[in-house]
Amino acid sequence: MNLNILWFVLVAVLYAGFFFLEGFDFGVGMLLPSLGRKDVERRAIINTIGPHWDGNEVWLIVAGGATFAAFPQWYATLFSGFYLGFFLLLFALIVRGVGFEFRSKLSAARWRYGWDWAIAVSSFVAAFLLGVVFTNLVRGVPINAAMQYTGGFFTLLNPISLLGGLTVVMLFLFHGANFLTLKLSDGLRERARNAMKTYFTAALLFALGLFAALLFTPSAFSTKGVFSAVLPVLAAASLVVSRVMMGKKKEGWAFICSSLAVVLTVAALFTALFPNVMVSTTNPANNLTIYNASSSPYTLKVLSIIAAVMVPVVLAYQTWTYVIFRKRVKADTKTLTY
Amino acid sequence: MDIVLLSRWQFALNTIYHFFFVPLTLGLGWFVAILETMYARSGNLLYKRLTKFWGKLFLINYAMGVVTGIVMEFQFGMNWSEYSRFVGDVFGAPLAVEGLLAFFLESTFLGVWIFGWERLSKKLHAAVMWLVAIGGNLSAFWILAANGFMQHPVGYAIVNGRAQMTDFGALLGNPRALYLFLHTFFAGLVTASFFMLGFSIYHLVKKQEVEAFRKSFVLSALIGLLSTIAVGGAGHIQGVYLREVQPMAAAASEAHYETANPADFHLIAGIDQDGRKTTWSVTIPRALSFLYFFKWEGEVEGLNQVQARYEQLYGPGNYIPNIALTFWSFRVMVGVGLLMGLLSLGALVIAWKKYPEKWIERSGWLVWIILLPYLANTTGWVLTETGRQPWVVHGLMQTKDAVSPNLAPATVLISLIGFVLIYAVLMVIDLYLLVKFAKKGLGAGDLDSVPIAGEVEAKKKGGK
Ligand code: HDD
Ligand code: HEM
Ligand code: HEM
Repeated sequence: MNLNILWFVLVAVLYAGFFFLEGFDFGVGMLLPSLGRKDVERRAIINTIGPHWDGNEVWLIVAGGATFAAFPQWYATLFSGFYLGFFLLLFALIVRGVGFEFRSKLSAARWRYGWDWAIAVSSFVAAFLLGVVFTNLVRGVPINAAMQYTGGFFTLLNPISLLGGLTVVMLFLFHGANFLTLKLSDGLRERARNAMKTYFTAALLFALGLFAALLFTPSAFSTKGVFSAVLPVLAAASLVVSRVMMGKKKEGWAFICSSLAVVLTVAALFTALFPNVMVSTTNPANNLTIYNASSSPYTLKVLSIIAAVMVPVVLAYQTWTYVIFRKRVKADTKTLTY
Repeated sequence: MDIVLLSRWQFALNTIYHFFFVPLTLGLGWFVAILETMYARSGNLLYKRLTKFWGKLFLINYAMGVVTGIVMEFQFGMNWSEYSRFVGDVFGAPLAVEGLLAFFLESTFLGVWIFGWERLSKKLHAAVMWLVAIGGNLSAFWILAANGFMQHPVGYAIVNGRAQMTDFGALLGNPRALYLFLHTFFAGLVTASFFMLGFSIYHLVKKQEVEAFRKSFVLSALIGLLSTIAVGGAGHIQGVYLREVQPMAAAASEAHYETANPADFHLIAGIDQDGRKTTWSVTIPRALSFLYFFKWEGEVEGLNQVQARYEQLYGPGNYIPNIALTFWSFRVMVGVGLLMGLLSLGALVIAWKKYPEKWIERSGWLVWIILLPYLANTTGWVLTETGRQPWVVHGLMQTKDAVSPNLAPATVLISLIGFVLIYAVLMVIDLYLLVKFAKKGLGAGDLDSVPIAGEVEAKKKGGK
């Protein structure tokens, strides 16, 4: 395996990690107003992700940084091309981030409920836009020979990518509800369980719809034929198993399976993309690939060494934080700190 | 309006805004860690309350640093795609490593710190705060290694019209970056010291929790004095090196137009950008040579001569940055720095004299000293970044060639307006919360998520 492939895989792993971790964070954010009916309940819901969400968001930052370092052309074309999309994404992430910090600082009901809705809407917008971006990567966008994106903002909002956006939203709602079932207790836990069941059907239908749409239109998916279908089918299967496990009250397994579904979905998108990183609908010769978009071998080597040392360390301490905060969160004011 | 100008405004806005929160994070982290260590070792609950109080303020500020930081990470690609293509090979690496090494450390452990009071032992919990402080300052190191490359490119070769990294060690050991880091590190400490000093004065004047805030007062005055001296020293070394590698920026920051030996120092001056001269000035003879060479003579190249040399080197063009801006930014920063040195010295004297009542009575207005480090931080960066213009990477790429060519002005205008609006709103909220909690005193630190009004009533009746 050469370094270009290694870094393609690593970038994919970083995005998969981000989707897996922030996936349930975003889901929890979207579910916040509907599951939490009282202030303490909402605090409890936020506290399930409280210690983790910032560390999880760093997965996005590192994925972006790694894209920049390993594939500068990809970073440049993608971010300048999808400019307004990313602007909205950043906007949503700003609102969400300060929302968690600000909401409990004042005790007026209006203030708190306002921020709760802000968190929910911004989580929705962020999840949706991520879906749109990644679907467009696979579907292809107009790119000229100078590696410049030539479409406009509305080129990005085509039916398939909108479907992709909604799919990600549904997946995250399902994944988030799974997480909450694992982390909450009593009545809240039951509510989360019901939400999980509700969003299961939606997530499954949207995901299947998206993959079918991608398979049957000219896209990175259809060029790989049956092979592309393997991972999507596995992802859908994980969704189903997750639902079955929930039926048997095996919440741990249900969560593992929903995580698997998210990771496999990202894996499916990246597998379809390979060896391209951006597909040009203008002319296949304009595709950005892991070779023409990459950094020099020296840079990739340096990055590989650092990643080899640091990634395990980061994984170890992030896992540790989930171990410390493994206890279920109760919606009562005595135990709810912060 | 053209996209270069709009993108520059947006970049400057985002970065200055980000750096409004960063120095406090860099410095206050150390203070909180120190206070918590004192608590862990002595078991004295007063230190725990102090830790929680300053920790609360740390968190409110931190959140803003994080959300603005995410914007920073992506705006190189969004607005400066040609720049990203050109230097990504070199510049991307420290950015990626910053995330992997520093951001993960900082944010993961901060989460543990916030929620871990009951779950971890005292010592471990204090250790976690040290990791947070180290993580933040590490992130500053990596980002400044990236910025150092833009100021003074090293460890690269130009291959097929793109900069390629050839020596990672050189990139990290770049003296330009190390000086930037040293200076920024101490600037963070100064910022936190004055933040703490200002709010301590507030409480001493109000006679609230006097014992606790005397402790904060002494701690911050002491570290404030040492770090203002250090920031001046580091700044001086940085300035000397600046003349060697970016003579244009150095000459602009001194409004030094004509090569001279010995060179005089303009304390203040009137600047004629196009006429390429000063219109009036208050001058200290030979002092500029002294600052650079530590003796009363030595040749210092002037703006006009550097311009002529650069035209030979890089072709025709205007290589002179905005002189008034760099010159005055420099003066404001240094002036404020000196003032802060005096202020922290004065504060130590007050503490030494056991806080004379006469002084306390008249000191209410001194809370405003909190603004001083912010002024110095912002002017310092305006000096650095505008002094580098017209280059985005010194000697290699100009800012006008760095911009994303596919953007329409209207697009950038939309995002610029969007950022301005949300930043304005958030700034108001953030300041309001900071001030509210700071004024509350130690009680604010103990305050955990108070349930909303109706539920509070119910709890009061049922409980106590
Ligand atoms: C509390 C903040 C603070 C204070 C008191 C000072 N500075 Fe500063 N200065 C900064 C905060 C700062 C900064 C914002 O952090 C900068 C921007 C880039 C950098 O590394 O630090 C900066 C830049 C900066 C530069 C940058 C030139 C360049 O690298 O392009 C020089 C020469 C100095 N400073 C010199 C000084 C001197 C001689 C000071 C004497 C008192 C001083 N600074 C006080
Ligand atoms: C946090 C402290 C910083 C502040 C306050 C700051 C501020 C500024 C300002 C005011 C400009 C505009 C200059 C002009 O238009 O004449 C600018 C330009 C720029 N800076 Fe910084 N900067 C900071 C740090 C950095 C760092 C760490 C980097 C790189 C990693 C960076 C990269 C750039 C780039 C690419 C430009 C060119 C765009 C432009 O000219 O506006 N800056 N910065
Ligand atoms: C002198 C310049 C800079 C310094 C010293 C600095 C330092 C820091 C520090 C200490 C933090 C932690 C949070 C906080 O401060 O409140 C932070 C956050 C962040 N900064 Fe900067 N920064 C600088 C400029 C930049 C630039 C140019 C970028 C973009 C490449 C950037 C990207 C980020 C990101 C992505 C975060 C969020 C990290 C998180 O979620 O923990 N910063 N920065």
